[in-house]
Formats: sequence, C-alpha cells, structure tokens
Amino acid sequence: MATIEHAAVTEHPTSTGLPNTKLAMWLFLASDCLLFGALISSYVLYRGASLVGPYPNDVFDIPYTSVSSFVLLASSLTMVLALSAIQRGDHGRLRIWLLATAMLGLTFVGGQVYEFTVFAHEGLHLTANLFSTTFYVLTGFHGTHVAVGILMLLTLLSFSFAGRLPQERAETVELVGLYWHFVDIVWIVIFTVVYLIPTGSGPT
Amino acid sequence: MASVSVPAERPRGLLRRPTATTGFWSWVATVDHKKIGILYGVTAFAFFIVGGTEALLIRLQLAQPDQNLLSPSAYNELFTMHGITMVFLVVMPLSAAFFNYLIPLMIGARDVAFPRLNAFSYWAFLFAGLFIYSSWFLGGAPNGGWFGYAPNAVVDPTRGMTFYAIGLLIAGIASTVSAVNLAVTVINMRAPGMTLFRMPVFVWMGLVVQLLLAFSLPIITIGLVELLFDRRFGTHFFNPAAGGDPVLWQHLFWLFGHPEVYILVLPAMGIVSEILPVFSRKPLFGYQFVVFSGIAIGFIGFGVWAHHMFAVGLGPVANTAFGISTMIIAVPTGVKIFNWLGTLWKGDIRFTTAMLFAIGFIAMFVIGGLSGVTHAVVPSDYQQTDTYYIVAHFHYVLFGGAIFGLFGGMYYWWPKVFGRMLDERWGKVQFWTMLVGFNLAFGPMHVLGLQGMPRRIQSYPESLGLTFWNLVSTIGAFTIALAVLLFLVSAVRSFRQPKEMAADPWDARTLEWATSSPPPVHNFDEIPVVHALDEVWHRKYAETEGGRVVPVPAGGSGEPGHGEGHAIHLPGPSYYPFVASLGLPILGYGLIFDWWLAGVGAMVTLAGLYGWILEPSAE
Amino acid sequence: MADATGLGPEDAAAPRVGHARHPSPREYVRIAMILAVVTAAEVAIYYIDWVHEKGLLVPLLFLFSLIKFSLVVLWFMHLKFDSRTYARFFLMGLAGAVTLYLIVLLTFRTFA
Repeated sequence: MATIEHAAVTEHPTSTGLPNTKLAMWLFLASDCLLFGALISSYVLYRGASLVGPYPNDVFDIPYTSVSSFVLLASSLTMVLALSAIQRGDHGRLRIWLLATAMLGLTFVGGQVYEFTVFAHEGLHLTANLFSTTFYVLTGFHGTHVAVGILMLLTLLSFSFAGRLPQERAETVELVGLYWHFVDIVWIVIFTVVYLIPTGSGPT
Repeated sequence: MASVSVPAERPRGLLRRPTATTGFWSWVATVDHKKIGILYGVTAFAFFIVGGTEALLIRLQLAQPDQNLLSPSAYNELFTMHGITMVFLVVMPLSAAFFNYLIPLMIGARDVAFPRLNAFSYWAFLFAGLFIYSSWFLGGAPNGGWFGYAPNAVVDPTRGMTFYAIGLLIAGIASTVSAVNLAVTVINMRAPGMTLFRMPVFVWMGLVVQLLLAFSLPIITIGLVELLFDRRFGTHFFNPAAGGDPVLWQHLFWLFGHPEVYILVLPAMGIVSEILPVFSRKPLFGYQFVVFSGIAIGFIGFGVWAHHMFAVGLGPVANTAFGISTMIIAVPTGVKIFNWLGTLWKGDIRFTTAMLFAIGFIAMFVIGGLSGVTHAVVPSDYQQTDTYYIVAHFHYVLFGGAIFGLFGGMYYWWPKVFGRMLDERWGKVQFWTMLVGFNLAFGPMHVLGLQGMPRRIQSYPESLGLTFWNLVSTIGAFTIALAVLLFLVSAVRSFRQPKEMAADPWDARTLEWATSSPPPVHNFDEIPVVHALDEVWHRKYAETEGGRVVPVPAGGSGEPGHGEGHAIHLPGPSYYPFVASLGLPILGYGLIFDWWLAGVGAMVTLAGLYGWILEPSAE
Repeated sequence: MADATGLGPEDAAAPRVGHARHPSPREYVRIAMILAVVTAAEVAIYYIDWVHEKGLLVPLLFLFSLIKFSLVVLWFMHLKFDSRTYARFFLMGLAGAVTLYLIVLLTFRTFA
C-alpha cells in the first residue's frame, strides 16, 4: 500500500506550469493595490479640506523627498541585480546587492522618520488636521511595508550566509523582489499624488 | 497500511516538529485540510448556537411592546454581536469548512497549496472570534451595529467598537490569506485532465469567492484601520468637526460589504449545484451558464455597493446608476435559478434531507431575491430602508439561502466526512421544522417593515399595532431553535453508529466520492486522471444510443491513475501556524490596554513566523 | 561582440532561466537611469511656473508616474517576460482599485 512520508519534496507539476508561490505573491500584490488605493483615495478626498494648518505647502520639502524617491528607486535596481546574481549562481554579488537594497531601504525609512519629526516640530502632529490624518496613515502604512521588506531582505541575507539560499532557491529572492518593487511603485504614486500635485497654488 | 515517518532534517527553532497523528495536539498542529475543515465547521457551529441565542434574546425582547428584558444598551450589543457573529463567525467559516474539506478532494489534489498557511487562517479566525467575544467581559461588546457606522462608532465611549475594529482586522487577515491559498489551489493543483470547465460548480464558486475576498477585504481593512485610528489616536477620518466625512466610512464598508454578501451566498449556491444533480440523477442543467453567472455575480457585485446608501444623499445620478446596476445583478442570479429548475425537471428525484434543503434554498432565496429587487427601485427603497422589510430580505437570502444551503451540504457530505449518515427521518423532521419556523420568524417582518417598524429599536409602543406579527416572529425564532436542537441531537446520534460507510453512498458524480468515507489522510491512493465533467458518474455509467443510462462494469471506464509510486509525500504537522496567529489577539489587547502587551504580541507572531520559515517546508 | 539584439558580451551573463528571457544587469541599469531621469523631470517641472500656469503640471506628472510605474512593473517585476496569468491577476487588482475609488471620489464630487 501507500507509504506516506513527511519530508521535503521537489516541485510538483502544477496545472498552469507556474509555481504556487509566485502566483500567490501576484495575487497578494493585486489585493494590496486595493489596500493602498483606499488610503490614497482618503488622502485625495480630503485634499484641501483641512480646517486648520499646517498645510502641505507649509511643511513639504520637495528636494528632500526627491532624494528619498531616488533612494527607493535605486533600491529597486539593487534588488533586481541581487536576483540576477543568484540566478547566475553568484552568491557574493547576491549578498552585496541584498545588503545594498536593505541599506537603501533603511535610508528611505530613516529619511521618512526624520521628515516626520521635522513636520511634527512644525506643528503637524498626527491629529492636527485632515492633512496630518491622511498623510501620516498613508505614508506610515507604506513605511511599515518597507520595514517588513527590509526584515525579509535581512532574513534572506542571513539565509545566504548560512548556506540556506542556494541557486535552486532563487525564486525566494524573486518573491521578495516582487514585494519590494511593489512597495516602490506605491511610492511612485504617493510621491506624485501627495507631494508633487499641489494642494492650492504652486510651490512655496 | 500507510506509515508515517518523521523528517530526516532536524529543524532549528525551539519547537520540534510534532509527530502525533491522533489526540488533542495533533489537532493543534494539523495542516491537513480535512482536519482544518472540521475545525472550521465545529467552531462555526458553536458560534451559530451563540449567535442564535443572541437572536432569541432579541426576539424575546420584541415579542411584546414596551418590554425591558434588555436595556437599550444591552439590546444594541446583542443585535450588533448577532450580526457580527452570523456574518463573520458562522456563515463565512462554515463556507470555509466546506471549501477546505472538499476543494482538494474535488480537484483530485492531496491538500491545498499552502497547508501551514491554511492552519494559520483557522487559528487566526478562532482567535478573532474569541477576541471579539472577550469584549463582553472587558468593558462591553461592540454596540454600533455590524456595519459600524461613523460617527457613532467613533465616538462611542465604551470599548466595544475598538474590539470590533481589531477583531475584524484579525479575521480579515485570516480570510485574505486563506483566499490566496484556496485560489492558488484551484488554479494550480488540479488533477491531470481536470480543466477549469471540468471542475464541479462548487469549486468554481469557491474560486469566485476567494477572488471576491482577496479584492474586497483590503478595502474594509483600511476602513477599520481608519476607524481604529480615529478611536484610539484621535485622527479625523470620519470627524465632521475637522472636516471629515462619515460617509467615507459607509463607502469603504459597503465596497467590502456588498461583495461580502455574495461571499456569503455563493458557496451555498455551489452546494445546491452539487446536490440537485445527484438527487435528480441528471447532470446540472446548463453547467456553463451556472459557472458564468457565478462569475458575473462576483464581478457585478463590486458595482452595486451604494444601494446600501440610497438614503444618504449621494444625489440622483449616483442613486440611479446604482439602482440600475442592482437590477442588472438580478439577471445572472435568475439564470442560476432557471438552471436549477431545469436540473430538477424530469429528473428521477430522491427527496433526501439534503435535497429538501437544496430545494428549500431555491424557494427561500427567490423570495429574498424578489424583495431585493424591490429595494433596487430607489424611491421604493426610501420607504423600506432601515425598516424590518430589509431585515426580512436579508434573512431570507442569508438564512433561507446560505444557511439552508449549508445545512443541505452537511446532510450531503456528512457520510463522506464522518463515515456515518445523519438519520434521514430526523433530518426531514428537522427540515420541515426549520422551514416552518424560519418563515414564521421572517415572513411577518415584510409586513412589519411596510407598517413602519424601524430597525434596531429596543422596543415599540402598543399603539403602533406591531404586536401580533412580532409575537409570531418570536414563535418562529424559537421553532428554529428547536430545529437546530434536533440537528444537534441527530449529529450526536450519528456518532453512535459504527464508522462503516461506502465511498459513494449517494451514487454521486464528483471526485470526492471516488475515495473512501472518510478519505485516507492522503486523499487518494492514486491521483485520478479526469476525462470529463462529473468524472465519477462517467466512470460508473455510460449512455446508450437511446440516451439511457447504464452502469459500466466495475473497473471499466476508469483508467489507473497517475500515482507517485508507493511514496506519497505529505506536508508535516507544525505548531508554528498556531504560534504565529496567537500573537495577533495579544497584539490586539495591547492596542487597547498597554503598549508592552502589543510588543509581546508582535514578538510572538514574529517568533511564529521565523520558526515557520526555518522549519523544512515538507510540501 | 554584439549580436543582433545589440547586447554585448557582458549581457551574455543574463541568465536564461526556463523559457523566460531575463534582462541583463546592464539592461536593468539602463532602466534605472531612465527612472532617475523621469524622476528628475518630475521634480523639475514642479518648479517651473510656466508649467503650472498652463495647467500642464498634473497631466505631465500623471504621465511621468505612469512611465515609471510601467517600467518597474514590466521590467523589474518581469511582467513583460512572464506568463500572462500574473499580469491578469495584477491588472484585476489595479483596474479594480482605480475604478472603484474613482467612482467613490466622483460621488464626493472631488473633481468638480
């Protein structure tokens, strides 16, 4: 009769030929679009509706945030270079690029934290007005997503050093990469909609 | 004999990989979709009793005018908890029970795509339910209605609505994760030869439901986060004094809430689509139409949400648009009804209890659907909204629809899951009692609503002339309770029988009946190869040229399946899904009471997740 | 020596995993350069009064962010080279989000 073993197995063939994990990740990212869409819409809905200040023009530092944007975009590059490395079996480069991505991510988050403390100093604490409400929750959610991504990157890095990330498991890096790029494209939208599209008339 | 062996690689982490296959801990550590399905079913049924008791208390209070069995604030908690319980803790997990147990079997798979994630979803659901219910003891239960409208939900000074927000967030995580899991399972793990259009309708409805969940849950997640932030941290998402708009909550809630009602009823529609053909000895009439109408319902279901907001003041353009889309959605629903009737037509009908519930579903759902169509007419809805007419409608579709369908499923699949039948005579008594009780309870509510009885009122004065039908309704509610009691007794009695059941006691059509009752832990000795829709039926019967159905000689049309030799690899049990989900309610309590507790919760979840990824994935 | 695709020898390092083509590191860097340039353009037009006066700011920003979004999704996330199935699911979520929230905002007359 059949012998059942509880053990690690190689990939089963799937009905579509696509791996379960990658399909799952894309489905999850699709649902995440609705998550961020709700937050972004809340922001757009309340744009210009705050009854009291500070208002966006009072606090935004576009050059500063632009640098942040470049940092996050660069991290997408390093991420994809990490993937490319492991697909070639180059573990040295994999680790360098993974570390770089994590560092750039940390820079981004650090930059946001600093930005928020400056804003708070200028009177924009969480409950100040509609702008603060929608801004902090939206960017906070995004920042949390980035932080989770950094955790995953560092985990991958430690796995690699522990010899648990061979070339055959390149897909794991790909999955983390998909998540990371998604977080990047959400920022592309946030940077445009929140920072660059003016609330009111033109730059300060 | 099947033998189970422990993995060779010793995992790191504090917890060893559990090895028990029976007993309490085997249930805590199980990743077997069948055990998880049973866990969902038992838990959901327990909540059904609780939610039903809440309903009985409500009905006792309303049986006579001007009563004070329940204070207004207690009454608010009861109808809120009744709604939350029935929607999130009963119908959704009961459907999950059926999906979990049956989908892998129906598609010829050994388990779902991500078994540990599956277990995580169950535990997170259980903890969410317990978390919400703990509010009774920790400052008061949610009292703002299951729909939690702002600004009331924001400003209510008791803790209840914070429990509501956090509890539903946890439940949402459970369901989102499960949705991705089951969707990938259906898309990717079908047996050889099982194309999408050879899948049972139940599996199709399962796929549609998972996609509805995946795309609607994020919306309410944000709504609940915004509610939580407004309550806990003083933000202004729904605060009119700061320029915020409570209507935003309504949009976010109903953008989820409407797809949710299809999430609640499509599984039952899938069940009915399985039961009718078997007990008519005919294939489902218009299989493709039933499938496509299910997909259409799912899709259009995203376009009707503001019909819950006709009286809010969105304006004539919005109201008209949503009125039209709501009428449109009646079309695919009607298509299903006609196809079910077509299945029954000229069939060789067996009136088993399962069949009675399936037919009952059709009748009750049509009534509920008809009242639904009347709501779609906007000026008419202005009179109906917030009255008992609406309460009648949704109980007809959710109880007469979803619950009846789920009971039908219980009678139908009980022999497969437990290896015993539910007694058919008791079943018929239970069915008729439930049908009568249900109609007595909710039929009069149409009248009460049109007579002007508002929803969510703790009492009504004698002078309104609402007493008679309220009393009838209460009698109906207790009759339902009797029926549920009958079911429980019948269920217990069934376990007194010996566990000897044929693989296919109903002479059915789909793959779950091709394996023993109950199935072995690995589902199928050999993965079946599928050649047709209703594969099992075609293995048993062929059609003569005159269209007569004749049995195929045993072992005839079936082809030996593509086995994997003698070694079947199954995912091993794991404690980590339990651990990872345990951190969530702790985090929840921390958000309410103390930040250090939130930290503890986060750490527990993180520890669970790390243990999980360090464990060898024995998939 | 470049072949007909215009790729140099270092691009031969591009792995051919399965049937899907993977861009080489060099191509990825090129995409990143484009992203940087477009971002710089976004910031630049923010400061040009003329763009604001002509009401071009929002349409241009929309266009630029669309370009960046597409480049990351198609190239970095590999959707251009992968199975259509992934793209279909992602598009379901994206289109759903855009449509539903646009309708909500319209009912609030946000764009009035």
